[in-house]
Amino acid sequence: MRVFVPGDSAAISVGADEVATAIAQLDSTVEIIRNGSRGALWLETLVEVQTPSGRIAFGPVTPADVQSLFDADFLNGGAHPLSLGKTEEIEWLSSQERVTFARVGIIDPLSLEDYRAHGGLIGLRKALKLSHEVIINEVTESGLRGRGGAGFPAGIKWRTVAQSFGEQKYICCNADEGDSGTFADRMLIEGDPFTLIEGMTIAGIAVGATKGIVYIRSEYPYAIATLRKAIEIARTSDWLGSRVLGTTHAFDIEVRVGAGSYVCGEETAMLESIEGKRGVVRAKPPLPAVEGLFGQPTVINNVLTLSTVPMIMAEGATAYKSRGVGRSLGTQIFQLAGNIARGGIVERSFGISLNELVNTYGGGTLSGRPFRAVQIGGPLGAYFSSAQIETAMDYESLIAAGGMLGHGGVVVFDDTVDLAQQAKFAMEFCAIESCGKCTPCRIGSTRGAETIDLIIKGVRVDENKKLLLDLCEVMTDGSLCAMGGLTPLPVKSAMINFPTDFDGVRK
Amino acid sequence: MKFSPWSQDAALTLLATLRDENGPVLMALQLMQEEFGYVDQACVALIANYFNKSRAEVHGVLTFYHDLRTTPPTSHQISICAAEACQAVGARNLEREIKAKFNDEVQSAYCFGNCALGPAVMVDGKLIGRATVEKIEKALQ
Repeated sequence: MRVFVPGDSAAISVGADEVATAIAQLDSTVEIIRNGSRGALWLETLVEVQTPSGRIAFGPVTPADVQSLFDADFLNGGAHPLSLGKTEEIEWLSSQERVTFARVGIIDPLSLEDYRAHGGLIGLRKALKLSHEVIINEVTESGLRGRGGAGFPAGIKWRTVAQSFGEQKYICCNADEGDSGTFADRMLIEGDPFTLIEGMTIAGIAVGATKGIVYIRSEYPYAIATLRKAIEIARTSDWLGSRVLGTTHAFDIEVRVGAGSYVCGEETAMLESIEGKRGVVRAKPPLPAVEGLFGQPTVINNVLTLSTVPMIMAEGATAYKSRGVGRSLGTQIFQLAGNIARGGIVERSFGISLNELVNTYGGGTLSGRPFRAVQIGGPLGAYFSSAQIETAMDYESLIAAGGMLGHGGVVVFDDTVDLAQQAKFAMEFCAIESCGKCTPCRIGSTRGAETIDLIIKGVRVDENKKLLLDLCEVMTDGSLCAMGGLTPLPVKSAMINFPTDFDGVRK
Repeated sequence: MKFSPWSQDAALTLLATLRDENGPVLMALQLMQEEFGYVDQACVALIANYFNKSRAEVHGVLTFYHDLRTTPPTSHQISICAAEACQAVGARNLEREIKAKFNDEVQSAYCFGNCALGPAVMVDGKLIGRATVEKIEKALQ
């Protein structure tokens, strides 16, 4: 009898380990698989039972529910108040378009056998038979853009690295997922790490790199452990090493762990950090694709970008780009977070409305109070008001609406939020996390927080608002990277979309 | 969490495992903290000598990263996520409550990637979702 109890850290944070232990104690013959999370995080711990007619889900299960599950004969899909029926028929999941997240929550993350049985390694096997030019063309043709936030076409980046000369090229995976409201990188690594390894291997073959490095944040201890185990498994099979799947290609991956610095998610600061230095941003040019890690040509892609490549190689660029709108092709992994009733991972084609995400999937606020604001794209993303709920979620539409998609995080706030406080926090966060290299970011952030504080206290409000907008302009135009350059985005969008919060009147 | 008492010999043995690494300084500092619970002041010169770097370089790295600490931990380690998604579900109030209630070291962190089940708190490396004072109390036992 197979029972699935997620080993994802979000599930563990609400008692999945204790649920697994309780099940094992009541029936030691049950085979418990610690799968990734299906992404419906409000249903965690989501326990699934393998039955002849498919997987039956129960959730949210607490350790105290386990006895009653056994009493209801849940191992044979017995009726129970927590029963959700067949997992594949839960509408929240079945209405999604799982492409990058196709296997997450379904397979045992560390079973290579499971991985192969669910379409794993097809993309890599195909790539190994192709010239690097053809692989790069396929990725370019798919329209895949960088999922870390910048949205740069992946194929063009790869071509630059392929055409650059270097003794040791690198594939660097940016797993420094520091944006609040985002957790897709973490869930993918914890739930299907081989996909990332496969994507990196394909990238290595495409550009002629034999070394891969995953830079992963220290705040993700569970993901680090899973990824390290997966790499070890790939090394002891015939995958990673001097002969990738028996070919003459060599590729290996190393994990480097961050040390609690947000700015190290910026690609050049990340390179400095991997080199063991202070995570100080580099001036560009030279682009990392030409002169990156240790001065060598380097592909830097986000976890989700690299993890989408195996599917593109397996099913072809045409299949991928048939989804999405305009220049935002394929699917996006949206992350519903904050004050939301049904939070988690929603993978859908680009172009879905904010309304569908927040209300249809999210079910409104967790507190039950009216929804007032949503921050899209992490701490450097804009705050939108409920009046903008019909905004389409793709790169271009969000820019047109005065925001950005970023890494796809959607953080919901109810009507108790004070946007002046949120704007002040944006500046304070920048002050804490600034690498200190450029003046607008290092000093502007502190001055910005002070100025917003004066506005909140009602001191010379109009004058200070003007000053704040001027400061935002300096930071936007004068900062070296997105840290200082985009901190004005949440600040200004809060001022524009929630003007009454900045009138200096105490509420 | 159990840490070894500071020992220069043990430190040197650990540093030897990084001999062939490219760009080893941050890894070396992290390794020291993993073993001893903090980075002893003696590590700066030790690492500088071992990897042929200046002490200024090592000091620079040590003081840049929020994770690295130069004093031994004296209590349980509580980290509360102070970022937006957790703010949206009351992290600011929870932080005040925790600081008032527990004598342990409480730090602000920025995101554990548990943003749909906030507030998120980490107690001695264990992640707690939908955190409350009661849940933290239980984790500390």
